[in-house]
Amino acid sequence: MTAPPLPHKTDTPIAQTCDNYLNHTKGFKSWAFTVDHKRIGIMYGFAISTFLLIGGLFALALRTMLALPIANIANHSNYTADELNSWMDIYNHMFTLHGAVMVFMFIIPGIPAMLGNFVLPLMLGAKDVAFPKINLLSFHIFVIGATLLTWVLIKGVLVAIFPDLASYIGHGGLETGWTFYTPYSMDSNSAVVEATLGAFILGFSSILTGLNFIASIHILRPKGMTWFKMPLLLWALYGTAIIQILATPVLAITLLLLIAERAFGIGIFNPDLGGDPVLYQHFFWFYSHPAVYIMVIPAMGVISELVTAHSRKHIFGYKFIAYSSIAIALLGFFVWGHHMFTSGQSPLANAVFSLLTFSVSIPSAIKVFNWLSTMYRGEIHLRVPMLYVLSFLLLFAIGGLTGLFLGALAVDIHLHDTYFVVAHFHYVMMGSALIAFLGGMYHWWPKMTGKMYSEKWGAIACIMVFVGFNMTFFIQFIAGSQSMPRRYASYLPIYEIYHYVSTIGAFVLASGMFLILANWIHSLIKGKPAPANPWGANTLEWQCASPPPWDNFAVTPEVDDPYDMTQWQYDETIKGYVKNDE
Amino acid sequence: MTNLLAQIGSRVWMPDNMSNYGSEVDGLFYFIYWICVLMFVLILAWMTLFVVRYRKREGYQANKPAPHHSTVLELTWTIIPTIVVMIIFYFGFRGYMDMATPPSHAYEIQVIAKKWNWNFVYPNGHVDNNLHIPVNTPVRLVLQSDDVIHSLFIPTFRIKKDAVPGRFTKTWFTATSTGEFNLFCAEYCGQQHSIMKSTVVVHDAGEFDGWLADAANFLKKMPPAVAGEKIFNLRGCAQCHTVDGNRSTGPSLKDVFGKDVLLVGGSNVKIDEDYIRESILEPGAKIVNSFENVMPTYQGQLRDTEISALIMYLKSISKHYDGIIPTEPLEKDEQPAQTENQ
Repeated sequence: MTAPPLPHKTDTPIAQTCDNYLNHTKGFKSWAFTVDHKRIGIMYGFAISTFLLIGGLFALALRTMLALPIANIANHSNYTADELNSWMDIYNHMFTLHGAVMVFMFIIPGIPAMLGNFVLPLMLGAKDVAFPKINLLSFHIFVIGATLLTWVLIKGVLVAIFPDLASYIGHGGLETGWTFYTPYSMDSNSAVVEATLGAFILGFSSILTGLNFIASIHILRPKGMTWFKMPLLLWALYGTAIIQILATPVLAITLLLLIAERAFGIGIFNPDLGGDPVLYQHFFWFYSHPAVYIMVIPAMGVISELVTAHSRKHIFGYKFIAYSSIAIALLGFFVWGHHMFTSGQSPLANAVFSLLTFSVSIPSAIKVFNWLSTMYRGEIHLRVPMLYVLSFLLLFAIGGLTGLFLGALAVDIHLHDTYFVVAHFHYVMMGSALIAFLGGMYHWWPKMTGKMYSEKWGAIACIMVFVGFNMTFFIQFIAGSQSMPRRYASYLPIYEIYHYVSTIGAFVLASGMFLILANWIHSLIKGKPAPANPWGANTLEWQCASPPPWDNFAVTPEVDDPYDMTQWQYDETIKGYVKNDE
Repeated sequence: MTNLLAQIGSRVWMPDNMSNYGSEVDGLFYFIYWICVLMFVLILAWMTLFVVRYRKREGYQANKPAPHHSTVLELTWTIIPTIVVMIIFYFGFRGYMDMATPPSHAYEIQVIAKKWNWNFVYPNGHVDNNLHIPVNTPVRLVLQSDDVIHSLFIPTFRIKKDAVPGRFTKTWFTATSTGEFNLFCAEYCGQQHSIMKSTVVVHDAGEFDGWLADAANFLKKMPPAVAGEKIFNLRGCAQCHTVDGNRSTGPSLKDVFGKDVLLVGGSNVKIDEDYIRESILEPGAKIVNSFENVMPTYQGQLRDTEISALIMYLKSISKHYDGIIPTEPLEKDEQPAQTENQ
């Protein structure tokens, strides 16, 4: 330890008596203006969890709305035109809020900014990221952008529900969907410019984080950590960072053009001025499709770490997994057109995009088989993180396989813009990225907090989330193939049953999520102190204390094969693993 | 037995298909479906087997070191999926090319999408809210939009095509069975997106011509106020204006003819023939107080006689009008609709 221990700690458990990043300094400013990557990671954690909660509550509200009688077109005659219009306005504002909050403020920053910030320097055996101050800047930018965007969105929902509020807080809100498609976003009376500005600001946070990660991985690797001795999470974060740096500026430019179009009528997207609304879709998806991989590649990285640690087995096919992260990141740039198969783009373009889309499915399939093979002849501990790995494998398989329907041109024409697509991307973004995030949180929880959590309640919550998730979204594949269009505030009676089942599932899912929250809070208050290496993993972050000291490592640790689990033996006295030679 | 399975499958997944390429689309759908089921079962079984055999338990120790890597295995599960997805790509592409290539003799209907209704314009100038088509005849739709992007979706025919402002998009199909089917808007277009729906009516081949001639004739047959009501519903007025006194996106049009109303900006106007005509052709000119300027113009889309019929309809539902409501049709046979059309 280079930093002095705090004087006032006396009889708390070992982990807390030592100086660590949580107790090194105190006070609001020591957190809000820290350049410590661990604290920044934790603050991101709080921020994105808040947005997950907001986005989740609105998802629950949307599902509830769709189960009410007014959502069924058969009952519309019982309502006045004004009631129906206001109902649809509320729904449209709410689904936009749900999408924008979840995409821009939870799932894109989720794993990289939270787990990545915390774990990446530790995995490198470094004291911090390459540019700690830029890291803090990126967090502050995130807070500013997220606050602006959330305020605009929530204001819109409030005014849609209580029109009288408009005289106090003004009009605003957004009901264009999170995609801001032109020319709808030109015509819309909602606060498109403010919302766009929020997303624009958030983009810079993402770019700066990506920049930091690339630089860190290039210059901070300890001696002996060659590219192919890097933990796979770092490969994944590297692949993600490439996308963040290359794609996000395109979104920024697109959003600026959108603002310019609305404010000055420059005539690039607006057909009345000779613009092309489909051009906007090209620009938008050139970022937003790679953004899907910003969400899912880090999730794959997390799963690679979890499956090997909890199977106590060397990862299978390291190089294939590492290369496939980069392959997905690069191929992901050339498939944006598959969002536009029905838009009137030429048949040739459609054919090329369909072909390229299928090519992205291969690296994903390789990863799944490699994860499965990692378990072969292992010693599988069915702890909570491993349960999330198993959920991930099943949900990602469904999410990935249903992509085959959507990549096939003739079938996509029917399924495009239906609930089938909604179900597909929820399986990929939520069923895979969120599940990996939760698994990762449990996996690194002892390291982050110095506390163990309740395995029993963690497992119950994981199963509830799995069951609730499938109940909510699997039925949506059926609703979609039966042609229920997406973004519908009301529907024909034939779709009622699907919406009922889905809504019930959403409540099961939400209960599971709240149980996880309770599990974590309980662990913070009552959790047993965590050993340095509770799982026996061989990546570097497990070789410092839990929670890590302020400066991570007094001496840079030795580096060899990150997945050689045989170096660690379980020690009953500390309820954790110790290195063989110690 | 297989028949039964297919039937249950079709109840659960794809809806009935009634078009030329429905069976090709569904065939590919179920082909992919069974590949997915097979792959999922494989993954599930693989996972379950390993979890059961290698889970940490009393008396189990993983002692023999297992391989980290196997080029043969990894190439196998790279190459086989590649071949499978290329097959899927090929069939998807082939099916799509059929959809993209209409036969030259197809019957053409213009589609105009606007917030929030559909107008189908027939070769004789008739405009309808519902898509009427003859059975077993290739039909080509040429789509355009008056405002934002919409998307025409007919599930039973397995087609979907965006209507994009500022360009024409085209699609085609042949209906293989008579009946009435749903038509949805699939691209989010604002407030009433979810009720921007319509019906496809497939007629017997002989019956269709009769229907079209009849439908196009109503201005010659109906009293003007009745024809006006039909236009009111047909051309999307009813989407935003009620006739029961309740406000909606626009003001209700019950009892407004002959009344004075307050406009945005504070001035007053008396609602007469001129004001209604102006509001239809130039909706932004005089907005009623407390409403927004959101109505699209009908310039070039409604003929003078149609506007006259609309005015007559509004007179007929206003207590402020006590003049005569004529019963003679506005158009005569000597003055066919086509010559006057735009």
